[in-house]
Amino acid sequence: MRDFKQLAIGAAVAVGVGLTGVMAPAAQAQDSNYVPLLTYRTGPYAGSGIHIANGMHDYLKMLNERDGGIGGVKLELEECETGYNAQKGVECYEATKGKGALVYNPYSTGITLQLIPKASVDKIPVLSMGYGLSAAADGNVFPWVFNVPDTYWDGASVVIKYIGQQEGGLENLKGKKIGYIFLDAGYGREPIPLLEQLAEKYGFELLQYAVPGAEMQNQSSQWLNVRRDRPDYMVMWGWGAMNPTAIKEAVKIRFPMDKFIGVWWSAGDDDAAAGGDGAKGYKAMNFSGVGSDFPALADIQEHVIDAGLSSTDAASVGGTLYNRGVLNSVIIAEGIRTAQELTGKKVITGEDMRMGLEALDLDEARLEELGLKGFAHPMKVTCEDHAGSHPVFIQQWNGEKWQQASDWIEPMTDLVRPLLEAAAKEYAEKNAPWPARTEPCPN
Amino acid sequence: MFYREAGQFKTSYKADQALFPILQDRIGMAVILIIAFVVIPAFANDFFLTSIMIPFLVFALAAIGLNILTGYCGQLSLGTGAFMGVGAYAAYKLTSIFPDANVIVMVLVSGVFSAAIGAVFGLPSLRIKGLYLAVTTLAAQFFLEWCFIRIPWLYNYNASGAIEVPRREMFGFIVTGAEALPITRYFVVLCITAGIAYLMANVLRGRIGRSWMMIRDMDIAAELMGVRPLRTKLMAFAVSSYICGVAGAMMVFFWLNAAEPSSYSIRLSFQILFMVILGGLGSLGGAFMGAAFIWILPVLLKFVPGLLGIDIAAETVEHATFMIVGALIIFFLIAEPHGFARLWQIAKQKLRVWPFPY
Repeated sequence: MRDFKQLAIGAAVAVGVGLTGVMAPAAQAQDSNYVPLLTYRTGPYAGSGIHIANGMHDYLKMLNERDGGIGGVKLELEECETGYNAQKGVECYEATKGKGALVYNPYSTGITLQLIPKASVDKIPVLSMGYGLSAAADGNVFPWVFNVPDTYWDGASVVIKYIGQQEGGLENLKGKKIGYIFLDAGYGREPIPLLEQLAEKYGFELLQYAVPGAEMQNQSSQWLNVRRDRPDYMVMWGWGAMNPTAIKEAVKIRFPMDKFIGVWWSAGDDDAAAGGDGAKGYKAMNFSGVGSDFPALADIQEHVIDAGLSSTDAASVGGTLYNRGVLNSVIIAEGIRTAQELTGKKVITGEDMRMGLEALDLDEARLEELGLKGFAHPMKVTCEDHAGSHPVFIQQWNGEKWQQASDWIEPMTDLVRPLLEAAAKEYAEKNAPWPARTEPCPN
Repeated sequence: MFYREAGQFKTSYKADQALFPILQDRIGMAVILIIAFVVIPAFANDFFLTSIMIPFLVFALAAIGLNILTGYCGQLSLGTGAFMGVGAYAAYKLTSIFPDANVIVMVLVSGVFSAAIGAVFGLPSLRIKGLYLAVTTLAAQFFLEWCFIRIPWLYNYNASGAIEVPRREMFGFIVTGAEALPITRYFVVLCITAGIAYLMANVLRGRIGRSWMMIRDMDIAAELMGVRPLRTKLMAFAVSSYICGVAGAMMVFFWLNAAEPSSYSIRLSFQILFMVILGGLGSLGGAFMGAAFIWILPVLLKFVPGLLGIDIAAETVEHATFMIVGALIIFFLIAEPHGFARLWQIAKQKLRVWPFPY
């Protein structure tokens, strides 16, 4: 026992000495473009996070392997595990920002909120693709934050529009009941102001079912209420383990699955598959390609997965969330390419990256050039509008895989945009003194 | 030999009652303070300050708060995270109501709200003890967390449901918000933590601290000797919650800049409790050592492979960190159930008798 205690003291001293090692600043060679990837492959949200992380990593890795990077400069990739935890996310940010990071993809509304005020100070843009703070779409207030292709408010307006289509016109929504089940966090609460406004405008009743994050795998009480209230449609804003649980519960109470519509983050293959045969007919919004039938994905398969450079399971390529990760990386890559064109530099900085993202114009021709024809709706960012309110489609689960179930549906921009601007103004007022935009507009 | 107090004679009551009566302790404390106030600010980079030192000091302060309640007064609490949250939300409301007031004063005042709520939830401690009390404090944790989510007034009706810290200046320095330099925030956190730790070190060895320890060791005997349980226990709850509240406010104001209710979840309560248990119940130094172990070690393990140039997948490092820290906790608790504070005492004893152990 005495030796044991000596060992313990020795170990404690060793830990203390180890501390001093971290204090040395990390030097960075500047012959590559450094892209940190904040990912989560552990924790309760890993079920969704792993696919996203694989998609993001594989596309950028493929550019390195196939083209030698972007504009002849290799990309240096580094993953940092956040576990969807805001504290760890900030820790990752602090640890990587000094190495010349070009852009951050937090993949968590909580982490995004922490990074938004830092972005303008550290001059590193934040790309929250289809999540985060909806108000950040106002580029005049948030020059450093990008949420292409859509905000949650765009998404919420598309759902209501789609339900209106199903009912034969938005005026038929009067007197209907629409249930909204959501993760009780910043993420799930974000669309509520818009849904409430739409409910008032079109005369439907909005029923809210909050699912606390800690209890997302036990939703029986919420679905008991759903059974009691008998809503005509259910809309879901879920993430991680919440999605498969909700779908299983919906199947259990025999809710008509074709009237159950998820946001684009509730559109994972694993999520729908968890419901078994009963989940057939479940719908979700999406803005990234369905399936693996794209030349760029074939290149990923050849250069990255078959070469053993990735931990991706080959079967998951082409899944909704994997493709979402790929689309995220396409936007990063195109942002870097645009920035290189604008500045004439090969190795760019965060400030150049901001210009690149703001001048992003991913049109039909460019998507085809990338080998991703039809993978996403053409998207364009302007200095005023960092989201762009691009069209979204509805996909349906056929029991085995997702199939596109509608055309591209335009969000109700006329309703969403004034709300976004008001929210951005409010954010700036609450966080006064919020820095006024001084960044030049590249367009 | 290294730690021998022989020959150090005290010639006055003042010297005898000093906080550090032994010369070696005084030297050691001076070295630690010089390192904290001079060496670290001079040499550390931003990552070391923002991701290691600031959270470490915040957690150390929270651990001191819980240690007063659990370690010195013997009342087990699982509501630390929520009491920290009360401090954070109170400080946030105060700064938005009084935008021109000094932010450090606001942070210190916010602890008062936390103390009041802590005292209310401490009332059951007069009737129930031990694990049963843990359950009622657990109720406080869930109730307060529910409040943070459900009462939009607390977060100024933000659509995101999170509190975001605005920019505040003090004597020309930006102390909060994204533009505040890590070094400024570090000094603020260091001064508050060191100040409260010094204050508590004196309170704990005085009448109040001794009455807490009497309640801990045998409450009936303490009552017979004239210690009033109501006042003493509630005071322990209030003081402990005050310190936790200040730590919680510092956590969002000087470290995170924005916080969601989930930042103050039961996870945080357990994290602080582990710091206290591992550091040593009833020891202020132990609170620092426990906080260092629980917070700094995982960060080190996470980033050291990258700094050494070893290429390991991020999730593998995360899993390995979990396992190594878990194994070390078990190892240290088997080696010394009374925590790091006791290990340090044993080490001091060994230094005292070296090189002639008997």
